[in-house]
Amino acid sequence: MNNRQIWLTLITLALFAVVPPLAAIFDQPFYVDMLARVLILALAAVSLDFILGYGGMVSFGHAAYMGIGAYTVGIFSFYGIDNGFIQFPLAMAASALVGLIFGAMSLRTSGVYFIMITLAFAQMLYFLGISLEEFGGDDGMTAARSEFAGLVDLNDSSQFYYLVLACLALVLFILHRLVRSRFGMVIRASRTNEKRMQAMGFHTYRYKLAGFTIAASICGLSGALFANLNEFVSPDIMHWTRSGEIMIMVIMGGMGTLIGPVLGAAGFLLLEEYLPQWMEIFMTNAGEHWAIIMGPILIAIVLFGRGGIHALFARKWFPRRSGARNGGGKGHG
Amino acid sequence: MDPLLLLEQSFNGLQFGVMLFLIAAGLTLVFGVMDLVNLAHGSLVMIGAYLATTLVAWTDSFLLGMILALPATFVVGALVEVVALRTLYRRDHLDQVLATFGLILFFNEVVRIVWGPISLYSGLPDYLSGHVEIIPGAPYPVFRLLIIAVGLAVAGIIYLIVAHTRLGMLIRAGASNNEMVGALGVNIKSLFTLVFALGAVFAGLAGMMLGPLTSVESGMGEPLLILAFVVIIIGGIGSIRGAFIAAIVIGMVDTVGRIFLPVLLRAVVSDAAADTAGPALASMLIYILMAAILVVRPRGLFPARTG
Repeated sequence: MNNRQIWLTLITLALFAVVPPLAAIFDQPFYVDMLARVLILALAAVSLDFILGYGGMVSFGHAAYMGIGAYTVGIFSFYGIDNGFIQFPLAMAASALVGLIFGAMSLRTSGVYFIMITLAFAQMLYFLGISLEEFGGDDGMTAARSEFAGLVDLNDSSQFYYLVLACLALVLFILHRLVRSRFGMVIRASRTNEKRMQAMGFHTYRYKLAGFTIAASICGLSGALFANLNEFVSPDIMHWTRSGEIMIMVIMGGMGTLIGPVLGAAGFLLLEEYLPQWMEIFMTNAGEHWAIIMGPILIAIVLFGRGGIHALFARKWFPRRSGARNGGGKGHG
Repeated sequence: MDPLLLLEQSFNGLQFGVMLFLIAAGLTLVFGVMDLVNLAHGSLVMIGAYLATTLVAWTDSFLLGMILALPATFVVGALVEVVALRTLYRRDHLDQVLATFGLILFFNEVVRIVWGPISLYSGLPDYLSGHVEIIPGAPYPVFRLLIIAVGLAVAGIIYLIVAHTRLGMLIRAGASNNEMVGALGVNIKSLFTLVFALGAVFAGLAGMMLGPLTSVESGMGEPLLILAFVVIIIGGIGSIRGAFIAAIVIGMVDTVGRIFLPVLLRAVVSDAAADTAGPALASMLIYILMAAILVVRPRGLFPARTG
């Protein structure tokens, strides 16, 4: 990550930071909630990109960890414990633990097996959520907003927004340090040539597993925030299509860059929000069939959108260095 | 434990298993030969079910409609391969996963537009809606028996095609080295289209037979697709034999487990705990089985590819 990429990151975060005052000026409070949602899913996408873009681990079950984080908050709330200082650390710890277990088994395989196994494990948790009748089963349950000893009031949408933004900024900073550390170097190098790293004496499995666990934990934080945003938890949060969507956000924004997934999350969710409205302009009642346009758009992004939104900026502003994706061939991951 | 119930559930498990096999067969063939991960395989199940329901209504004959739906699904499969998937073969697996994810969104919406948002229910003709007593005292639905018979027959046909025909020889050769097959003068493009369309027919057949059991609706193939993934992970990707054995095992374990796991638990722990944990554990059973098998054999029971 060079200086210019850091600037792009800071500019993006600064733009997000001015949203609540602007929304207040123009009397459009709706945008604060919508962009809080964007930031929460951006957090999940950033965590996925850490293992996908830097580590080459194509995890197709990332929504599972959002689910663990969300259910931790929900279950505490169910038993009347609303203290965020208890809920959030435990949400992250629980996601890390599940990530450690799933990762330990999934990372024994590679390539397409890894994709399918992570998907299957996520689906297992989805069905587990459905079978938990006590916690609402299929219908889910409501969850009260977490309380932080009066420091942050999550019922105030702009305070909530800034909490999410602060979490995202902190995570971006930590990951920025992490990918440049020795640990991060080993993970990145194992994506490029794992056998060589092993020959050099690195236990790449342990490094990848540690990376996988960290990503799961961050994604759990995103899930805990998501439960607070919706004041509701249901198995739907772990639906396999959400794993796919998080992955699309990473690709759309730019794999293997830190701010890319944030841009991707914004791009994806805004498209989801506004595509139906644009379609209504051309044809009445066409909006409900937005997926028929969204599907081909996604395919086009995958086929032609090398490097995603991030590369778009990078190409325009810094023509020599494109922050494009770093390949990632068949048969490893 | 009631032995008759166990027997009946075993039949249900077998029926579920052959259904899974039909879906997994195409998936594993397409992966083995073209090295393509196709998430949209579940959409072919759905399209098969919709086509069959429509054709049955048109022809006013259950059997004729079903039979006509097979070539129709073949054509749809071939079209999908030529228009959309051909460009993906050279891409990495991540691109394939995401692009076929986009295809799912597209297909789900297409069927909503063409057939409407409401689920379709296709009834069974009289001669198939009855029960027979294969075992005295346990009447079993004729249609489910038919599914088992058709599934096993198709499994036999697939075995014959793969093991004893020229096409099967090309499929096996393609699975080990498709560039070499192309270099030897085989029209690899049309071979790929043929393999994909055949896979589509098997998936569509599963959808057709599923239609009368449940409802025909948008997205109906997706949960089955993920189960089919579990099947081919256990069986070994690219292996038809592995897919068959794993499909039957998964079908049996899932069906029988759901009925008997709570009963077994009740014998060990308190009733209340068993009632809570039983269904939860039963729904996770096949995934736990998958994890256990992977610990012992990371590439499945019958790994077909070594690369």
